Amino acid sequence: MNEPLLKATNVSKYFGKRTAVDEVSLELWPGEVLAVVGESGSGKTTLLDCLAGRARPDVGRVEYQTRHEGVKDIHALAEAERRLLARTDWGYVHQSPDQGLRMGVSAGANVGERLMALGARHYGNIRDEATDWLTRVEMDPARIDESPRSFSGGMRQRLQIARNLVTRPRLVFMDEPTSGLDVSVQARLLDLLRSLTRSLPLAAIVVTHDLAVARLLAHRLMVMKDGRAVESGLTDQVLDDPQHPYTQLLVSSVLHP
Amino acid sequence: MIEVRGLAKSFLLHNQGGAELRVLRSRTFDVQPGECVALQGRSGSGKSTLLKCLYANYRASAGSIRIGGTEVTSASPRELLRLRREAVGYVSQFLRVIPRVPALAVVAEPLLDDGPYDETAAERARQEAEQLLLRLRIPLRLWSVAPATFSGGEQQRINIARGLIRKRPVLLLDEPTASLDTENRSTVVAMINEARAQGAAIVGIFHDREVRDAVATRVLDMEAGS
Amino acid sequence: MNAPVAIAAEARAAARENQYNFAYLDERTKRMIRRAILKAVAIPGYQVPFGSREMPLPYGWGTGGIQVTASIIGPRDVLKVIDQGADDTVNAVNIRRFFQRTTGVAVTDRTAEATLIQTRHRIPETPLAAGQIMVYQVPVPEPLQRLEPREAESRRMHALGEYGLMHVKLYEDIARFGRIATAYDYPVMVNGRYMMSPSPIPKFDNPKLHMSPALQLFGAGREKRIYAVPPWTRVESLDFEDHPFEVQKWASTCALCGSGGSFLDEVITDDRGGRMFLCSDTDYCRRRRDATA
Repeated sequence: MNEPLLKATNVSKYFGKRTAVDEVSLELWPGEVLAVVGESGSGKTTLLDCLAGRARPDVGRVEYQTRHEGVKDIHALAEAERRLLARTDWGYVHQSPDQGLRMGVSAGANVGERLMALGARHYGNIRDEATDWLTRVEMDPARIDESPRSFSGGMRQRLQIARNLVTRPRLVFMDEPTSGLDVSVQARLLDLLRSLTRSLPLAAIVVTHDLAVARLLAHRLMVMKDGRAVESGLTDQVLDDPQHPYTQLLVSSVLHP
Repeated sequence: MIEVRGLAKSFLLHNQGGAELRVLRSRTFDVQPGECVALQGRSGSGKSTLLKCLYANYRASAGSIRIGGTEVTSASPRELLRLRREAVGYVSQFLRVIPRVPALAVVAEPLLDDGPYDETAAERARQEAEQLLLRLRIPLRLWSVAPATFSGGEQQRINIARGLIRKRPVLLLDEPTASLDTENRSTVVAMINEARAQGAAIVGIFHDREVRDAVATRVLDMEAGS
Repeated sequence: MNAPVAIAAEARAAARENQYNFAYLDERTKRMIRRAILKAVAIPGYQVPFGSREMPLPYGWGTGGIQVTASIIGPRDVLKVIDQGADDTVNAVNIRRFFQRTTGVAVTDRTAEATLIQTRHRIPETPLAAGQIMVYQVPVPEPLQRLEPREAESRRMHALGEYGLMHVKLYEDIARFGRIATAYDYPVMVNGRYMMSPSPIPKFDNPKLHMSPALQLFGAGREKRIYAVPPWTRVESLDFEDHPFEVQKWASTCALCGSGGSFLDEVITDDRGGRMFLCSDTDYCRRRRDATA
């Protein structure tokens, strides 16, 4: 494939006088995982939302290589088209699983929803797919009829992942997928994400403030500060040989147990 | 093959008063297929730094590095990732621990980097990894355990297996035998020589003089001029 | 009542003397409602907002249906009003009297003789004919309301045709109860485009909506929405391929007329567990009895 899967050109977003994202450009190729790292207020989540079509940039373009219809400027699409893309080709994993799940319906319904939204009308098949995916995210398929309210945080997050992956998206956006979880639970989730991105394969953009998560999951890393991308490159490059003063500060600030 | 011209590396420490650490001044050398160049010099002479520049782990401050026709210093991240997958293997001194992934999978991973994931590919990769683990005498009971709890020598052998499992034309070895006992050391020496015989171009740091003598075809003195 | 009852000319005069405009609403309001109805007919199943007026009965008692009827009723119409299938329940009686007083139109309890039928909670068993109009009283027009209480979101779902959420609900029913549990106000797809609430009619009546020769109008007074199903329109109840839509069945037949194919009400006759099943549609039941008599 000679075109990147996702290409952002000069994306900027303002909130009144405040510049949240300042002329950020990037390319993502199939199967690549890009981590966007920064502290609070760096603009990383706003950038993610612009890339995922959830927020509209004030300047710049975000182009996506669709499966059958070539490259499209995602913000020039009609809302219906963009929402359809979001449901089929993309996934979005929220920081808090409660935002990304329907807490009032069963795990199986959560996983099957996208299939039903796309016209799946055979209950047995939908249920089989849901069972399959629950297994893939290392959940007990016997809990398919339980409400996510009875699940732990780590399980809810895994359910959110299954819900997103059921339509086999090519690109998943993740907003701090492991924050708020206990360390051992984080490790398990990272392990799952790592193996899914490798085996499916999946391109992903992962926003995180945790450099260890970036080290583990991402091929490439982009460091953001005050809305700008101050440094980017291969993950090990940026973490082992940081060039920009801010990157150096970030890397040296991390505690190593 | 490897072509290095005028490679220099400094570290500019912005948050420590802007101090500049010059580690490599200007190195020029070639490594042909079938050669094994041993980097020689005291601690701090830039041996590891040179290897890391070749692997694009460090960004060169000046100069050029061509590996098999690709200019490493100006390659895009995508090209570098492909280069690493297909052409350049790296055995680092320390095992970067991937939590929870068992030793067998750690070793097999590089074979699954390429195409779509399927059961046959996974099975083949598993078998090759098993061969290597056997050869390096990693006990069976450790194959399904994550290497975080392994001894230094065991971790190093996992590193080596992961670095060598995929036949690549370039190999970069950073102290591959430092923690190994005699038996395992000679196994690794044999593996390096096999790779060389298959046409790999190898650059390595070998602390042990015997190992160096057994694998190196040439020595590059880091402290002499370029 | 055994025969069509026509109100004498004196009664009509009395109606005019009540100082209400014909059918209670002023002409401008009727025009506004008719415009909404035209829009609704043009977009089958789509909920058209309208300026619901204050009516002489509280919300929840059929103000929407009454406003729709009031806007389209004319002096030559013959009106039938039913509540739960019966012409003689309190609500039906009062609504019918309201229209008699404010319009003087002829009223009937015979489905076949009515031109305009206002109903709460049932569709008559007697098939409707071209030229007839059914007006339904609707409490909650939004079929997605319980699943997505945010109106901004449910409106967007209708606009984009994104109805996966309803299927999630049906899936959930099957997972929990082994079958789709909704027994009334069963959601339907109109003309293959809009999801609609058919009002709280039992799902037994859903098939009657499909390809009906009659015009079907739905009015929700409190929620201020009107929607419509024009004649000969597809109305399909949602289901799964392996759990298809089914109507209710009874083990017994109507105790009065012997019907086995109509919707039956269960009537408790004593406090020793005695019960009988009767047709909910009183007109239908009586005609069957008259026919065999």
